[in-house]
Amino acid sequence: MTLHFEAATTSPGEPWLNIAIFGAFVAITMVIVFRASRNNKTAADYYAAGRSFTGGQNGSAIAGDYLSAASFLGIVGAIAITGYDGFLYSIGFLVAWLVALLLVAELLRNTGRYTMADVLSFRLKQRPVRIAAAITTLVVCFFYLLAQMAGAGGLVSLLLGVSDLLGQSLVITVVGALMILYVLIGGMKGTTWVQIIKAVLLIAGAGVMTVWVLAMYGFNFSSLLDSAVEVAGNPAILDPGLKYGVSDISKIDFVSLGLALVLGTAALPHVLMRFYTVPTAKEARKSVVWAIWLIGIFYVFTLVLGYGAAALVGPEVIAAAPGAANSAAPLLAFELGGPLLLGLISAIAFATILAVVAGLTITAAASFAHDIYASVIKKGKTEPGAEVKVARRTVLVIGVVAILGGIGANGQNVAFLVALAFAIAASANLPTIVYSLFWKRFTTKGAIWSMYGGLISAIVLIIFSPVVSGSVTSMLKTEEIDFAIFPLSNPGIVSIPLAFFLGWLGTVLDKGKEDPLKQSEMEVRSLTGVGAEKATQH
Amino acid sequence: MGNDALSAEQATLERVDYPAVQASPEFQKLRRSHRSFVFPVLGACLVWYLAYVLLAVYAHDFMSTRVFGSVNVAMILGLAQVVTTFAVTMWYVSFANRKLDPVAENLREEIERGEFEKAGAAGTAAVDGAEETTR
Repeated sequence: MTLHFEAATTSPGEPWLNIAIFGAFVAITMVIVFRASRNNKTAADYYAAGRSFTGGQNGSAIAGDYLSAASFLGIVGAIAITGYDGFLYSIGFLVAWLVALLLVAELLRNTGRYTMADVLSFRLKQRPVRIAAAITTLVVCFFYLLAQMAGAGGLVSLLLGVSDLLGQSLVITVVGALMILYVLIGGMKGTTWVQIIKAVLLIAGAGVMTVWVLAMYGFNFSSLLDSAVEVAGNPAILDPGLKYGVSDISKIDFVSLGLALVLGTAALPHVLMRFYTVPTAKEARKSVVWAIWLIGIFYVFTLVLGYGAAALVGPEVIAAAPGAANSAAPLLAFELGGPLLLGLISAIAFATILAVVAGLTITAAASFAHDIYASVIKKGKTEPGAEVKVARRTVLVIGVVAILGGIGANGQNVAFLVALAFAIAASANLPTIVYSLFWKRFTTKGAIWSMYGGLISAIVLIIFSPVVSGSVTSMLKTEEIDFAIFPLSNPGIVSIPLAFFLGWLGTVLDKGKEDPLKQSEMEVRSLTGVGAEKATQH
Repeated sequence: MGNDALSAEQATLERVDYPAVQASPEFQKLRRSHRSFVFPVLGACLVWYLAYVLLAVYAHDFMSTRVFGSVNVAMILGLAQVVTTFAVTMWYVSFANRKLDPVAENLREEIERGEFEKAGAAGTAAVDGAEETTR
């Protein structure tokens, strides 16, 4: 037990070892990014990696893009401390992929070129729909980015023993600068390779730890659970309800969260954009299948790792450690394999943040350069190369914003920011994606009402929710200021149905009709793949 | 070089009579088989997921029932969600490979061969067809 407390009071392991392993990861990926970037000439190369990845490669990259720090550190920590309720996140994050597989992936690949707005504005009025879609894309990416950058700050305090604010800010700046470099040089191709490498490392690392934990209990899951209960001193960690079963409000809150998780994934712009990096719709389907297997297996690991951390490290030690719940996975690694495994897992956690941040940045940059600059400002008449130049400059701006935002959000609740991004994506994007693919009558007014209505209602509800004000655990960190009129911390249960309703209402009230020829073209193209963007040849 | 082929193909595609394709029985069949798989299956999966979430929140005692050792109903149902997700994924892939892809490919070839050109543009179809094969 003395070992536990040592681990909790100071940074466990060797900071220099951690830095060296992480440095090796950066060096190797940099070389790959440089090699991959030699053919980054056109917009299709820069945004969509020349559409040259295979389904398996893209599926791994999707897993790398999707399994963020919130998934790895957040869920393992949540299970270790709040027991079964943490695992509910895993299930929501996984089942959500069925929406992407069945409704969105292939049809989107067949009708779009680079961004989500390509599909949404296909048969509606270009200008207003593109602007709306670009705005929702940028907002979702921004909140997701903030969450990852804030997570990086928290992680550092634990892993490198940097506890002062200045040191953490410096590390956030380094992470941001590295991310800018990857995206600037590597474009989508470089970003994809970073995500593939990270996905392999993360799933392998989690797999090794899972087998290790199970082996310590003679591969008897039940005795692992018994041990977790014994250390935690609370048999309730095996049952649902420890966190969300407290009151009627918290129960509804959980249903709201569950809804946002399951409907958010298929509307996340950085996930949607990955479908453009493969040559055909069939490969897009294969990518989702790969992604579902990898992500599903990983989430099963989280169950073992979470209870493993509860049993071997103990919930109290985790809660007291710097980084609190987020430190459960690294502390478990230290418990199992000492400083070396801790160093490896920490490096993987950093790589996770880096890869996700790079994917978000290129999505946001593509959305600004392609949807706002090229299509709206220049009305589709850009000089060759100008769009990519604008995209690269946007990367720099987003990088700086992410660094500043990350420093500002340092110490904020990471899971809250990610759940917020999911809720906004599900409210602002999903209704319009579904309607424009499957509802013939859908019009521009419906799209605009649904997108802005979903976006604004989600954000307003969050502002007036308990996560922003009213308690010491809220963003404002005080009980003095309290404008939490809306009782739920996740707006999904209100804002998602509202956005679907607004899309229907706007369409029904719209006296104008959209071009029926465009509707025919979109439907035929989405199902047959006629005229779909092909892979570029070099 | 790639650009020439692309623009020739673009020209063929500009003359495609999409409403005619849309109205064709073959396309209607494709659309019907896609929707009649995707909607009910996804609906069932979402209902099953929501049932699981509601059980976890509102049926605490049932979910806490021990099944074997310390493994309870909640864990079994959670893993069952993972299993059904995998199963539906494989089911859809096999359905799409058997029922959707052949029809879609067939239609795509017909369209690219120029069989759905708008009236008055039929004369150039052969040239585009040749272009298509040399590419």
